[in-house]
Amino acid sequence: MGFLRNAGSSSGYSEVWTVGELNSYIKDLFEIDYRLQDVEVSGEISNFSLARSGHLYFTLKDEKAQLRCVMWRSAAERLRFAPKDGDAVVAGGRVSVYEASGVYQLYAERLEPAGRGNLALAFERLKEQLADEGLFDPAHKKPIPAFPSKIGIVTSADAAALRDILNVLRRRYPLVQVLIAPTLVQGEQAPAQIVRALQWLDGRSDLDTLIIARGGGSIEDLWAFNDERVARAVFAAHHPIISGVGHETDFTITDFVADLRAPTPSAAAELAVPDREELYPLVLGLQNGLTADIKSRIQEARWEVQSLGQQLALHNPRRSLDSSRQRVDMLVNRLDQSMERRLTTARNRLALLEAQLTAVNPQTILARGYAIVRDPNGRLLRTAANATVGQHLHVQLSDGVIEVEVISNR
Amino acid sequence: MSNDFANLTFEQALRALEETAVKLESNDLSLEESLTLYEQGQKLAAFCTQQLDHATLRVEQLTTDGEIVEIRD
Repeated sequence: MGFLRNAGSSSGYSEVWTVGELNSYIKDLFEIDYRLQDVEVSGEISNFSLARSGHLYFTLKDEKAQLRCVMWRSAAERLRFAPKDGDAVVAGGRVSVYEASGVYQLYAERLEPAGRGNLALAFERLKEQLADEGLFDPAHKKPIPAFPSKIGIVTSADAAALRDILNVLRRRYPLVQVLIAPTLVQGEQAPAQIVRALQWLDGRSDLDTLIIARGGGSIEDLWAFNDERVARAVFAAHHPIISGVGHETDFTITDFVADLRAPTPSAAAELAVPDREELYPLVLGLQNGLTADIKSRIQEARWEVQSLGQQLALHNPRRSLDSSRQRVDMLVNRLDQSMERRLTTARNRLALLEAQLTAVNPQTILARGYAIVRDPNGRLLRTAANATVGQHLHVQLSDGVIEVEVISNR
Repeated sequence: MSNDFANLTFEQALRALEETAVKLESNDLSLEESLTLYEQGQKLAAFCTQQLDHATLRVEQLTTDGEIVEIRD
């Protein structure tokens, strides 16, 4: 290393350097090392600060060491995430010396959350594998019950996601019952807990639908829902499962396996139950249909009675007439042909009989279930409006008369 | 069919109402049968509406002890 000036006294030089000279010299040392001109370094961010100038200052550290870093505004503006203390990151740039304070630092050009590349790769790999195994196959998707009586929810007990779900259920369809199996939804313990909660709910026979939900977060926060154990538990479940994980733009493996994917926890609740505002008109429509049907049925019955009355008028007397004619014939045969006067009498009687039969026979109608109602004065009661509460009425049925008291008049 | 719907779920009552409506539409019923169906249908409709009006969301939660407790707002 003969090109370096040696400042040590042991080598015989006695020149005294200024601080600036020394720092400048050291800076040169850094800058002639090509490896330091473009390095990638991973660590955790601490002492993060965003200067008013737009430059970022922070320290990268691991268990044993720290590295001062700066990122100029031009590079900071290109960042697609907001770094903060505690973030595990990979920074890229050159290492040099800031002569004014005599520190070396990383002049970062790039900054990425650590492991994002690995996560994305793992996600794609698992997604492909499970797709090959048929876990996303539409043929395995179970239909979601239209009118669930009870819904099981796998989520964090004290998160906004659960409150959102309950609010939606309360507003849309409070007839449903809810059973919550609380679980961690992020962190290393989360997948095993989610699986346990899911299996516990799935083992119950009083549930119709399960919801598996988590509010929005970073890709790392949602990672439990990309866990293979969770995916397989969702697939193995006997109950239909609706997933609502993260925001609209987040897709997790759980979403692909679930019987129905909702973009958010609230949306999962909306897909799980009908809206009662749409059920009121449905019930009312059916009710109106009933009324229309019964009205037309009563009208038909009226026509039936009328037509029977007409048949009585037309047919019965004729039949009677026929038998009467036979009787007349008998009479004629029995009587002397000369008894013209008696024959005339018989013919007159016949005419009278015919007239009587022409009138509708009420007995026949009564036998069909109708009744004749009279007031105490024997007058026919034709409308409810003419009846008064407490009044005694005579109701004539086919085989006799009963007396009733009017209890109400609507 | 019984007049006591207390044990019916909303879905069961709604289905029964729909069936009643379909039956009543068919013409091969006596007047008396029609009236009975009509009454039954009206009661089912009232039951459904009452359920929609007065239901309150019931929420239960599994505790760490493995018990199920009711959660109230």
